[in-house]
Amino acid sequence: MSVVSDLPAKRRGPSLSDRRARLNELSSRHRSWSILVGMAIVGAVLPLIVQFPPFTLAQAPNAWIDGFTNAGVFVLLALGLNLVVGVAGLLDLGYAAFFAIGAYTYAYVASPFGNSILGIDILNALGGPNNAGIIFWPMLLVGAGVAALFGVLLGAPTLRLRGDYLAIVTLGFGEIVPLVFLNSDRITNGTNGIGGLARPALPILGGFSGIDPWPYYLTALALVTVVMMFCYRLIESRIGRAWEAIREDELAAAANGINTVVAKLLAFALGASTAGIAGVFNASKLVTVSPDQFGFVVSFTILAMVVLGGMGNFWGVAVGAFVIYTINNVLLKTLNQFFDSAGIPILRDVDFIQLQFLLYGLALVAMMLLRPEGLFPNSRRRRELHTAITESEQDELGSVAGTTEEDLPQ
Amino acid sequence: MTAVPATSDAGHASPRVGLGGVLRIVLPILLLIGTYEYMGPEQFVNALTRGAIYALIALGYTMVYGIIELINFAHGDMFMVGAFVSLSFLSFLGFTGAITDIGLLAVVLLATFVVSMVVMGVIGVLIERFAYKPLRRAPRLAPLITAIGVSFILQNVVQLFYGPYQTNSPKIFPDTWFIEIAGARIPVLSLFIIAVAVGLMIALQLFIGRTRLGRSMRATAADRDAAALMGVNINRTIAITFLIGSALAGAAGVVNGLQYGVATFNDGFQAGLKAFTAAVLGGIGNTVGAALGGFIIGFIEVIAVVAGYGRWGPAIVFGTLVIVLVFRPAGLLGQQLGERA
Repeated sequence: MSVVSDLPAKRRGPSLSDRRARLNELSSRHRSWSILVGMAIVGAVLPLIVQFPPFTLAQAPNAWIDGFTNAGVFVLLALGLNLVVGVAGLLDLGYAAFFAIGAYTYAYVASPFGNSILGIDILNALGGPNNAGIIFWPMLLVGAGVAALFGVLLGAPTLRLRGDYLAIVTLGFGEIVPLVFLNSDRITNGTNGIGGLARPALPILGGFSGIDPWPYYLTALALVTVVMMFCYRLIESRIGRAWEAIREDELAAAANGINTVVAKLLAFALGASTAGIAGVFNASKLVTVSPDQFGFVVSFTILAMVVLGGMGNFWGVAVGAFVIYTINNVLLKTLNQFFDSAGIPILRDVDFIQLQFLLYGLALVAMMLLRPEGLFPNSRRRRELHTAITESEQDELGSVAGTTEEDLPQ
Repeated sequence: MTAVPATSDAGHASPRVGLGGVLRIVLPILLLIGTYEYMGPEQFVNALTRGAIYALIALGYTMVYGIIELINFAHGDMFMVGAFVSLSFLSFLGFTGAITDIGLLAVVLLATFVVSMVVMGVIGVLIERFAYKPLRRAPRLAPLITAIGVSFILQNVVQLFYGPYQTNSPKIFPDTWFIEIAGARIPVLSLFIIAVAVGLMIALQLFIGRTRLGRSMRATAADRDAAALMGVNINRTIAITFLIGSALAGAAGVVNGLQYGVATFNDGFQAGLKAFTAAVLGGIGNTVGAALGGFIIGFIEVIAVVAGYGRWGPAIVFGTLVIVLVFRPAGLLGQQLGERA
């Protein structure tokens, strides 16, 4: 009796859990679309909420939008580094070098100084600095290509080394690249860098301006969306699975027929190319490039974003990058201003912006000890990190002869 | 994991005496003579002094890597903290300039070395205990990232106390003392630094080679689990490795303050990178190699300065690192502590 009477009740309409399941299924079948829709929503909501307090108390809406654009650059960088560190498990500590290479690539093509070095007057050929910005769009691809080329050049000899050597070589590379830009005065203008870059331009709408943050904001949004779709498709593809296999056990991956050198090179090159895109965009926004924009601090900041966001999970990494950038550049600055104006004795003298790296350091250590998978973890990565730690705990209890570290994912 | 007998002296086993063997001895000597002729005695001693500092730092890298296979990124910053500990200690005692009384100088120097080395040793052990030990069996990336975090913590804590600019370190060793060797004026300070560094290296070598603790260190490096089964206290051995490595970094910090008279919160980054290069150059895990590598890096840097490419110095050093890793990842002397490439 009761069974029969229950049936019509269920047919009345899909329950909440049914709907959620259908939504999940839909979004997993059309992940690219869901990224597109998700980013469109985020992109629309962000400028809206900053029109109201408490956001307007910190800074004007346009300053927020400009800040979001800069955050977008770091999201791009974090997404690229995530492919290398999070997905393929290769620790790259000189990632800012590729950012620098992308930026200088654009600078050579889109500035009077750069053109004089190249010996081709690209700016005037395209109708002067105001119209030449059209070159920005193809330069995104060129910048990506040049950065990828350098990624391969650096990776080819070093990727057959074990992981931690790679970390040191990339660290050295990250130091050398800004040094080369700094010391090769005649072709890079040394400390002063290259200025007067053309701002991007669109065929009908004309050039971007330094005052209106919207064109840059929308461009950054589009770039992040495209790169996210690429990341997703890569991670879910054959090569993405190869990367994860290498990360978890390189020997086993090689034994299963994965060409580990090629796969690692690809990860390196694709990660580098994302940094190249970010470099071109950032250069076109700042209209100047100089060696001091690309120090170790930048590489480290991006790494912190990837680790805190959750290595391997590109949504987590993107959110991590966005949040960290905003905390650094808005919250800490606001705290400074607040305590300065409030005149609270000790806090007034603390420079919170100076503290940010101390916070990064503490966060990284705490994260690795307590929650190595990051705030928004990738599920497989979490399992991997947690098995290893549980085994270490067992080990401390006394079962010494059990597993050795060679048995564990490296 | 291939186990190496803990007492193996693989480096000295039956040297092949042939053309290669002769070249291996003659070539370095010729190189050294050539370098001396090129640089002149003053710069030669300068290179040795720099090299001694790098070598002291490199020892810490190589020992820690040998025993737990961790590139301790924070080690360069330990050197920097050591420099700050020593300058704070000297300022606390009220010394600001050169001490010309030899007796007093000796006492103050000894006290500074002891204080800096003990403080750094303790800090090193604490860092190992709280930051690295819980991750000993975690995937490689985890302790590496932790080490980077520790590095930033050290730098920024120092920056918090001493500010972002250079801090003067009292040059208590008179830089007006010179001795004439072969017609060149050589600062006594340089000779003192080289002597201290070489003395510490010999002491370390004796410790690792001749004592019970040194033997447990070699055993742990060769095969941790087997060593544990043989009754070696692994945790204590690793802690002692950190203690010694960090104490050597502390000594390097003292020496650096005496030589250059300034310290900055981010000194440790480049110095650490160069010292790491030295450790890799000599063969990571090998303490003799690290010392040798340190001196080689010192020479490379000073040669770059003499040749007029001083500002390319770091690039040349890192270039060397890349070349060594590509063509001879085991380094010049290969491995002695453990057998992992």
